[in-house]
Amino acid sequence: MSVSQNWRLERQRYRLQGEECPHCGAKIFPPRDACPECAKPAQEPYTFVGKGEIYSYTTVIDGPLGFEYQSPYVVALVKLDEGPIITTQLTDLEGEPEIGMRVEMVTRKLRTDGDEGVIVYGYKFRPLLLPEA
Amino acid sequence: MTPQTDQPALPPMKPDREVGIVGYGAYVPRYRLPGAEISRIWKDGMGGSPVAEKSLPGLDEDVVTMSIEAARNALARADIDPSQIRAVWVGSESHPYAVKPSSTIVAEAIGAVPATLAADMEFACKAGSEAMQAAIGMVGSGMAPYALGIGMDTAQGRPGDALEYTAAAGGAAYLIGPAGESLAVIEATYSFVTDTPDFWRRAQAIYPSHGERFTGEPAYFHHITSAGKALMDGLGAKAADFDYAVFHQPNVKFPQRAAKMLGFTGEQIEVGLLSNRIGNTYAGAALIGLTAILDQAKPGDRILMVSFGSGAGSDAMAVRATDLLAERRDRAPKTEDYIARRTEVDYAVYARYRGKLRTK
Ligand SMILES: [Zn+2]
Repeated sequence: MSVSQNWRLERQRYRLQGEECPHCGAKIFPPRDACPECAKPAQEPYTFVGKGEIYSYTTVIDGPLGFEYQSPYVVALVKLDEGPIITTQLTDLEGEPEIGMRVEMVTRKLRTDGDEGVIVYGYKFRPLLLPEA
Repeated sequence: MTPQTDQPALPPMKPDREVGIVGYGAYVPRYRLPGAEISRIWKDGMGGSPVAEKSLPGLDEDVVTMSIEAARNALARADIDPSQIRAVWVGSESHPYAVKPSSTIVAEAIGAVPATLAADMEFACKAGSEAMQAAIGMVGSGMAPYALGIGMDTAQGRPGDALEYTAAAGGAAYLIGPAGESLAVIEATYSFVTDTPDFWRRAQAIYPSHGERFTGEPAYFHHITSAGKALMDGLGAKAADFDYAVFHQPNVKFPQRAAKMLGFTGEQIEVGLLSNRIGNTYAGAALIGLTAILDQAKPGDRILMVSFGSGAGSDAMAVRATDLLAERRDRAPKTEDYIARRTEVDYAVYARYRGKLRTK
């Protein structure tokens, strides 16, 4: 992905900013300007709380170019508390994750374009640092 | 060998408008390397370590990601809209880019853009308190309602060098704002610098160099005690008037001795003295000692913080906890929560995590 494509995705990647549908109230991620629930236009920005649970996961042993330094790593489908399911890396794991495990969003290095290119930052999810009240 | 600093002390620094800490947040990554592991590799297990263990960042962490988490913790303890933050300063000696500010990435991630000053500060281990000083001046002058000062590092020591035992990762973020909204009010500050070549790293070098015996008396102790004493004298305060103190902590012994020289007891520095468990977090070291203290201070408690950065200089700050502190501190993870989150690694994992293996 080019430097400018990454740049356009910053808000969504750094802050988990999606959209909220003004018609039916659905929370949308990634932002797509049309509600997947009621098909009406939806452009109101909404920043997700950043908590959810693991829906499914897999371990990547040999990561593709740009990810090789972080391999092996775990990629998961995380169901956000507001509804949407997103694909994300898990981080700060100790041992295997579990389906249904509660996780929270952190901003980490996603990949680097070699030694001289840009560092791409974005969301990952980790096991909760503190138990929920 | 004392530098030319026999001029009389000036009054403490105080902004026109009273300011304070409206939010604070710590961050320590989860990985720990015991000193015994470094000794095993380089000294055949002989010889001690100045700290029990040090923290190191994961493969996907750097000063930017760590600053973002500390800043989010600071925001969680404040009741403000992040767009009201008019300055974001990140002090570090390990910014991920040589050219491109860490601070703009942090500002973007927390929503403190675009009407914002942003810059990276560099002053060895004093860069974090320097960022706080700048934020105090910015808010104290009325130019900004809120300003964020961060000290964060992922420090590297040359393999086998004495500094490898302590060079660690961590730090803290301080959101400065009006005194009336503060969890702790800034009473006054005092900054003290001289040109002292005790420790440095040239532009293309990966690892720092140091002036061996030059690092103690004329550098660390001279600057810390001069700044600390000038601030206490200016406030008409004695060591006994403070409930807590924290001094830059490159190891365990230096801050203990500096405390003694200034008249503080072991009890007063105990809570903020974290170096034995996380190592020297450089620009974050004094600042994260202060977050540990704020995590448990009572209303009215007075705290003295004195940083030290090679090159060399110290910033001393006196702060006083308010009633709001106890009400807000549980809104984010505490310093001890991060220290308790601990995964021990061996030297091989450390060598990989810290980029000490060449793969091409
Ligand atoms: Zn809808």
